[in-house]
Amino acid sequence: MADCNETLRELETFLDDELSDETRAGIQTHLGGCMDCLQAFDFHAELRTVISTKCQNDEMPAGLMAKIEMCFGEDFEGDGQIG
Amino acid sequence: MVPGMADRSEFAQEAMQYAPQLYSAAMRMTRSKTDAEDLVQETYLRAYRGYGNFTEGTNLRAWLFRILTNTFINTYRSKQRRVQESELGDIEDLYLYKRISGVDVASRSAEDTLFELFTDDEVKNALEALPESFRLPVLLADVEGFAYKEIAEMLDIPIGTVMSRLHRGRKAMHKALVDFATNRGLIAKTSTTTN
Repeated sequence: MADCNETLRELETFLDDELSDETRAGIQTHLGGCMDCLQAFDFHAELRTVISTKCQNDEMPAGLMAKIEMCFGEDFEGDGQIG
Repeated sequence: MVPGMADRSEFAQEAMQYAPQLYSAAMRMTRSKTDAEDLVQETYLRAYRGYGNFTEGTNLRAWLFRILTNTFINTYRSKQRRVQESELGDIEDLYLYKRISGVDVASRSAEDTLFELFTDDEVKNALEALPESFRLPVLLADVEGFAYKEIAEMLDIPIGTVMSRLHRGRKAMHKALVDFATNRGLIAKTSTTTN
């Protein structure tokens, strides 16, 4: 089982879901019995959600969808056929 | 095999659903509405032209983000000064957590904790303030949820470099968020983890 230092060192990789099964299991066991580390992990998981949500809510300019569709309508092969 | 017209129009339909995500990512990359709009259009144009290179059954979203990232790098990178890692400064681990988790902030409650603490613009600005070599990995990992391997391929850098840039980029972004909260008086300038 990992100790607090080892657990906190793997915090980012854990949240990125990039740990080996073995290391992940060790971290999860530690989190099951350590409120301090669990709190830190929960906080960063929540922070990740906040950042992701707030950075993805831009409103597309009116007309951009139409412009993209126009890209699809062009004749790329130069063979006289559309698309 | 040359894809037929039916395949292409099907592809176009499929690809359109990712336009809002690509536009938001393009905004974080270019920090300009005009450039973001151009970048998304260019991405779809290249995707449509290169449709023959797309393997059916693989991840269309990842493929589109790879084109977006490559187009951005090829079009805009030369305009920007390269920033060295050392320029981010040395920030301690868990910097934001140590300053915010233990602090009793008026706007923090059990229900709407971190979400209410920072405005949308603050979070966007904190990300956009990162130098490009850190901003792209953080955007692709923390906002778009891509794996290290996918990011390494998109940016053409080793996985170890992805990890180290994520680590340093995240810390710098978190520090920017702490600075916003401090400037708004939400947390005291000298505050530490004390409760």
